[in-house]
Amino acid sequence: MSTTSDKGYSAAEEVGSILEQRSRWQRIKLALKSAPISAWFGMIVVAVYIVVALFAPLIAPYAEDQIFAVPFGPWDSDHLVGTDQIGRDILTRLIYGARNTMGIAFATTLLAFAIGGGLGLAAAIRGGWIDQILSRFVDVLMAIPSLIFALMLLAVFGSSIFNIICIIAMLDSTRVFRLTRAVSMNVVVMDYLEAAKLRGEKLGWIMIHEILPNILPPMVAEFGLRFCFVFLTIASLSFLGVGIQPPTADWGSMVRENASLIQFAQYDLKAGITPLLPAGAIALLVVAVNFIVDWFLHKTSGLKDEH
Amino acid sequence: MSINSDTGNKTNNKEVLLQIKDLHIDGFSDNKWHDIIKGVDLTLHRGEVLGLIGESGAGKSTLGLAAMGFARPGCRLKSGSIAFDGQELMGMRESEKRNLWGTRIAYVAQSAAAAFNPAFRLMDQTIESGVRGNTASESDAKKDARELFEALQLPDPHNIGDRYPHQVSGGQLQRVMTAMAMSSRPDLIIFDEPTTALDVTTQVNVLAAIRKVVRQYNTAAIYITHDLAVVAQMADVIKVLRFGETMEEAETRKMLSHPEHPYTKSLWAVRSIEKQPQPAAENVLEIKNVTAAYGKGEDVLHDVSINLPRGRTVAIVGESGSGKSTAARVVTGLLPPSRGSVLFNGEALPTKLSGRSVDQLRRIQMIYQSADTAMNPRHKVRDIIGRPLAFYHDVSGAALDKRVEELLHMIELDASYMDRFPGELSGGQKQRICIARAIAADPEVVICDEVTSALDQIVQEGILKLLLKLQQELNISYLFITHDIATVKAISDEIVVMYQGKVVEQGDKAAIFAPPHPEYTELLLASVPEMDPDWLDSVLGAEKVPLDAS
Repeated sequence: MSTTSDKGYSAAEEVGSILEQRSRWQRIKLALKSAPISAWFGMIVVAVYIVVALFAPLIAPYAEDQIFAVPFGPWDSDHLVGTDQIGRDILTRLIYGARNTMGIAFATTLLAFAIGGGLGLAAAIRGGWIDQILSRFVDVLMAIPSLIFALMLLAVFGSSIFNIICIIAMLDSTRVFRLTRAVSMNVVVMDYLEAAKLRGEKLGWIMIHEILPNILPPMVAEFGLRFCFVFLTIASLSFLGVGIQPPTADWGSMVRENASLIQFAQYDLKAGITPLLPAGAIALLVVAVNFIVDWFLHKTSGLKDEH
Repeated sequence: MSINSDTGNKTNNKEVLLQIKDLHIDGFSDNKWHDIIKGVDLTLHRGEVLGLIGESGAGKSTLGLAAMGFARPGCRLKSGSIAFDGQELMGMRESEKRNLWGTRIAYVAQSAAAAFNPAFRLMDQTIESGVRGNTASESDAKKDARELFEALQLPDPHNIGDRYPHQVSGGQLQRVMTAMAMSSRPDLIIFDEPTTALDVTTQVNVLAAIRKVVRQYNTAAIYITHDLAVVAQMADVIKVLRFGETMEEAETRKMLSHPEHPYTKSLWAVRSIEKQPQPAAENVLEIKNVTAAYGKGEDVLHDVSINLPRGRTVAIVGESGSGKSTAARVVTGLLPPSRGSVLFNGEALPTKLSGRSVDQLRRIQMIYQSADTAMNPRHKVRDIIGRPLAFYHDVSGAALDKRVEELLHMIELDASYMDRFPGELSGGQKQRICIARAIAADPEVVICDEVTSALDQIVQEGILKLLLKLQQELNISYLFITHDIATVKAISDEIVVMYQGKVVEQGDKAAIFAPPHPEYTELLLASVPEMDPDWLDSVLGAEKVPLDAS
């Protein structure tokens, strides 16, 4: 680092002990190196799920809706974990299910964040009556039990994938709105925001450039958790029969369709396990995402390990 | 109320109370342990006051706490010896140390407001350590506390203890905290910047009160501050710290008259900027008969008129709550006035921010007190300085980089700073970046709101020189808001004195500083500590400053 020539006093030499400068990549490497084993487990699981979801057609042995002769077929070399109630390969449907369930959940979470995050930021920056109207509206929405509200709306509008995404996103955006508004409030009072307003910046610029980078850590953590909740909601809706409709493979409906197999566990243990496979896939993903979020929150919250 | 000063031979023939030898303290940051205190020795006799001075980061507070045998979380006492009245604190068990704390060693923190529990009455908090330590019964402790309140010249000493912390002023709270520390008659009190957060007019009272009780009860004290003039009033011996090492230690009068170490000399020489008055010019900004209030509250500004001539610096002086910053908010459009107007080059500015054009916004820029909160911590220097260029002047690409580099050179930094985040800069550098951001807009008026008050003296000097240099080069007018008279003397052409939302006095610097003064100006000027150990006595003796009951 070069220094400036200023007799006696030099701003560049002012303090020797300022933080070392690191590139983003170096910081990520450093963080990964110190990641606990639970975080690694979470990251590996999520990575495997993503690969499976992306390359489902290549990995799956059969087509998603291909029907074989034997329904409720046993585990054998042709069908590693058997077939379902109308004779579709369960392994194939598990693999496609990753793609469908995760894809829809991801799209829903993204939309929920776009709606809730955008309005939350606007409410925090503008304050006043805009904030009041939005906040009270959210209060009303949150007062209605969300699963029942979702069931009602899906019954009214029909359960197409587009409707599922929109309805769940709207219901979940209320939580995102509250979080965004709360964390933005801490940033809104900063002088740099006043400086931006004095400069004449527009609302959108202030939202994206001034506030968003500063509230990113809690938002990313919330994204992970919200994704889990959305995922579980979709699975529950599918289990109840109003979620993703056949023949599209989906873990929630797979649990329901094969649920009756569980009573055959006393005769054939493998048959009893079959309905638990999609349930296990759901559970594993939720646990993995939570591990990652825990670690991320710990990293960014500034909590120091004891020395 | 005058106190006889007998600082003369205090250090001789006295029992040693605290002896620190070759103390090393480590602090943990960036995944490594760093030296914070590098082998400091310190000797304190009974009844003696040691002034500990240095810039922030010098290790003053760390050393002060170490004198109690305490290390902050993230710090550890590494090696050396801390002997308090013959007992070694180093390696002493926590429970034993706790018996000393609050009873034989007490600590007075910088921010009294943050140190008090808002849910309890002052009296209960004052006597807590005495009652807990079983040194006094509750009624005796209360009686004693009232005596202390009286000795500390608190108003209504018999009943003030029934109030809650938010019901008394900052200066009073700081004195109650001193009473709390004195309540068990400790042998040693550590004062960590007790008056830094106070206005000058309040500071005098607190200084006088602290000094009186410390002498009255023959308490030894370590007085930590970065203000040389304050330490000159309080201390028998001054110790100068820098980067965790002792630079110099000497008896106060000797230290003031004959500093030896070059660093100490440079500290003493700081208040030396003298600005040549600029010739009068036409007004670029006029605040005309402005009255303003927040929301539906009471008026904060009453019929305020201030003129800012082109290329000159007008300093607005006053204590907190006097309306200085509110005046700035009216100028910037953040607070539309209820009456009156702001004229820019003779034309009235729209009162509301949203009514002003981009060009009107560009001509008035602002620099904030705290550079930490004035810059987005997630933006790089390049973006911080580059944004006004792109926004107002539509510069982009290589031309933008070039201009940012030029601006960095103007603030005496170089291009290597472009890709740093604010967290990777020192306090002075941050304020320089804020200055660069303001001048990047090519403004005619820059409002400086206490821009140096969060900085160390040497760094302050650098910033003030830079502001003067930029003014000469760019013919900018500064509206300089401050409570620090030394800063005003250094850089202003004209001065506006404000008190309780009104302009008390306004005029050329020379005229304002020359007597006779209106009453409030007199008080303000008399309250500014001078680098003379007899200053406080002379002020109190002359009764220029009334000991407050406010």
